[in-house]
Amino acid sequence: MKVAKRTFDAVIVGAGGAGMRAAVTLAESGLKTAVISKVFPTRSHTVAAQGGVSASLGNSEPDHWTWHMYDTVKGSDWLGDQDAIEFMCKQAPQVVVELEHYGMPFDRTDEGKIYQRPFGGHMSNFGEKPVRRACAAADRTGHAMLHALYQRNVRANTQFFVEWLALDMLRAPDGRVLGVIAMEMETGEITVFQAKATLFATGGAGRIYYSSTNAFINTGDGVGMAARAGIPLEDMEFWQFHPTGVAGAGVLITEGVRGEGGILRNASGERFMERYAPNAKDLASRDVVSRAMVTEINEGRGCGVGKDHVMLDITHLDPKVIMSRLPGIREISIQFAGADPIKEPIPVVPTCHYQMGGIPTNYHGEVVADGKVVPGFYAAGECACASVHGANRLGTNSLLDLLVFGKSSGEAMIDFIRKEGAALPEIPQSEIDRSLARVNRLDTQKNGADVHETRLAMQRTMQTHAGVFRFKDLLEQGVNKILEIEKQVLQTEIRDKSKVWNTARTEALELENLIEVAKATMISANARTESRGAHVRDDAPDTPEHPNGRDDQNWLKHSLWYRDGNRMEYKPVTLTPLTVDSVALKTRAY
Amino acid sequence: MTTRTVKFKIYRYDPDKDAAPYMQDIAVELDPSDRKLLDALVKIKAKDDSMAFRRSCREGVCGSDAMNINGKNGLACLTEVDSLAQPITLRPLPGLPVIRDLIVDMTQFFKQYHSIKPYVVNNTPAPEMERLQTPEEREELNGLYECILCACCSTSCPSFWWNPDKFVGPAGLLAAYRFIADTRDEATNERLDNLEDPYRLFRCHTIMNCVDVCPKHLNPTKAIGKIKELMLSRTV
Repeated sequence: MKVAKRTFDAVIVGAGGAGMRAAVTLAESGLKTAVISKVFPTRSHTVAAQGGVSASLGNSEPDHWTWHMYDTVKGSDWLGDQDAIEFMCKQAPQVVVELEHYGMPFDRTDEGKIYQRPFGGHMSNFGEKPVRRACAAADRTGHAMLHALYQRNVRANTQFFVEWLALDMLRAPDGRVLGVIAMEMETGEITVFQAKATLFATGGAGRIYYSSTNAFINTGDGVGMAARAGIPLEDMEFWQFHPTGVAGAGVLITEGVRGEGGILRNASGERFMERYAPNAKDLASRDVVSRAMVTEINEGRGCGVGKDHVMLDITHLDPKVIMSRLPGIREISIQFAGADPIKEPIPVVPTCHYQMGGIPTNYHGEVVADGKVVPGFYAAGECACASVHGANRLGTNSLLDLLVFGKSSGEAMIDFIRKEGAALPEIPQSEIDRSLARVNRLDTQKNGADVHETRLAMQRTMQTHAGVFRFKDLLEQGVNKILEIEKQVLQTEIRDKSKVWNTARTEALELENLIEVAKATMISANARTESRGAHVRDDAPDTPEHPNGRDDQNWLKHSLWYRDGNRMEYKPVTLTPLTVDSVALKTRAY
Repeated sequence: MTTRTVKFKIYRYDPDKDAAPYMQDIAVELDPSDRKLLDALVKIKAKDDSMAFRRSCREGVCGSDAMNINGKNGLACLTEVDSLAQPITLRPLPGLPVIRDLIVDMTQFFKQYHSIKPYVVNNTPAPEMERLQTPEEREELNGLYECILCACCSTSCPSFWWNPDKFVGPAGLLAAYRFIADTRDEATNERLDNLEDPYRLFRCHTIMNCVDVCPKHLNPTKAIGKIKELMLSRTV
């Protein structure tokens, strides 16, 4: 089959925060840039971020990027790479100010500066007490940011391919990445996007879990494409369960609620976080809070008929604060929990939220595989692993990650493209055929598996076998179950054969990406026999020799899962920052 | 509540196989946890994978799943199934070309949004830190910046139906005022020039369907009124 071809300097897949921040840099440099997105840009999931973006601006009280760095390293349970973390925290004030200059409608302090609120795990003076570091636009920070970035791209005349689904990345025999192949959803037509540099900014894959704060579109497309093209995936066992998803609905309630003074209570009304994190209390790091909540529920202190959730209480706050700082939360709570938080608490439960692992990169967004930079290939945002979040991400560091690494990868791409000049290697036909075969298989599959049922089986397996707490037996069984489900995924059958806006085909192709993420997660989690950050196992308990079950001697290293043979390899954590002293290993407590 | 059967009438059209659009009767069994219209659509799609609609965040912030629900535009993810009279009639947003089933071609809608230059224009060299704005100045943007571009408003507006190529429409005009109201923007005069035309702004006849349907409770009519006031005050 012959497919159309378009040629660009840079191709970006994904139009969320990271993709659009990179697009601003590339388009404003004058390079011919295309952004491919399966949804209209402002529908990308960055839009759902609520609480804020962190930067040590110090607008309300003293702050310093080294404190931010310390918190991020500690939050990561020392699995984050300290060069990348220094880079991110140091850049934070600048990229946030740039965003303000782009028109972002941040809330303001009385002096007219950007408003900042406290957030979990962000402390002053190397862990002393909560600090106001989260720059916020009410509780709609992600929405305001995504729209501001889209608007800046409209100004820059960035070329968008809206409602195009990327199918696969294309590589030369020497490994260089040559672009992507993508399908226009409206027509079903397939086009090769040839590029000197290709950026994946495709977001996370929270939809591998049954209960998730993530949008339907968060199907790990970039991560799946990378895995199929032989790129290893880093630290995929680490998934963040956000403490406050609306019980039953999964919709996110921002940590900013606790930043504004919200309190978690169990069935007897007790503020239980005082027992688990005497210093930071409700503003401890997310993994810590989620585990405390599940422990309360497991020990019979949950709320409601099923004793299956806890309560987030802001009834003691001034209704004016709720209406001005948390208006979106109030609406969500009324809509999805049937509770007006001014009058009654919100039922919440830990819910899958964020993928800490992803495509391995350095802090320039360059993808690194087998110890070498993959020429022409970049990744940023949730699909990438820089690694700044390590074993647990701090709230507000994801929006920061998008800005910092969206920008740095855009800059690195400009350098690469200018060095490469006009050189555009030929795309091997075999690469194109590999992708077309997947689409053709769907058109002809008979007696195959149902997409909806297969996806549900995967999601339930992930939920049961790789949740907030992990168990050796369940992980071992989970690996076998997921490998069985993979066989179904590779022979799904769709009834809809239309060329026009075929959402059945889209969902089947997305499922092929999700299953790569699910396999990587389960196999990496089964292999890591310690507890660290969001990965806590029953057979790696808290002991005097290994506080919190962490085993630095054997496991202070990044996991790398290879699709080929489900092989695990490991690489060292970068403990040396760029200019300051290393944040020394110690036991994590809040 | 136990499971219940809910009846639908849904607009179907696949140009690849249908000569003309038709309304399909569908009954679907819903679980107690299926509260929103989007939950019901997902259930329907699980049985018939050819049912095409857009959806993403399922919490009313991405603006994907706008459709015409029992005659009124709204977001499927924010609409309670049990609040609707049955059979629940679903049609694509009115006034835009239908691509397939509940999916419309939004090109014209976004063209109008782009036409108002939806970005802050400020040619004064940027300071090293943020441009300052008092809380009161920032307050002026409330009720404007929250728009999710779902198009519920513009596609409920008769003036937009008649002149989608000439009338900017409520969503675009709300955005225009969002930038006029921003103290950081220096292009108010150019923005007003851009709208001074018998159609672009003045086709708004304050029918106020836009206010009635906005899922974010925004008020485009009020914003349009403010633009008209500014237009008037600069002529005197």
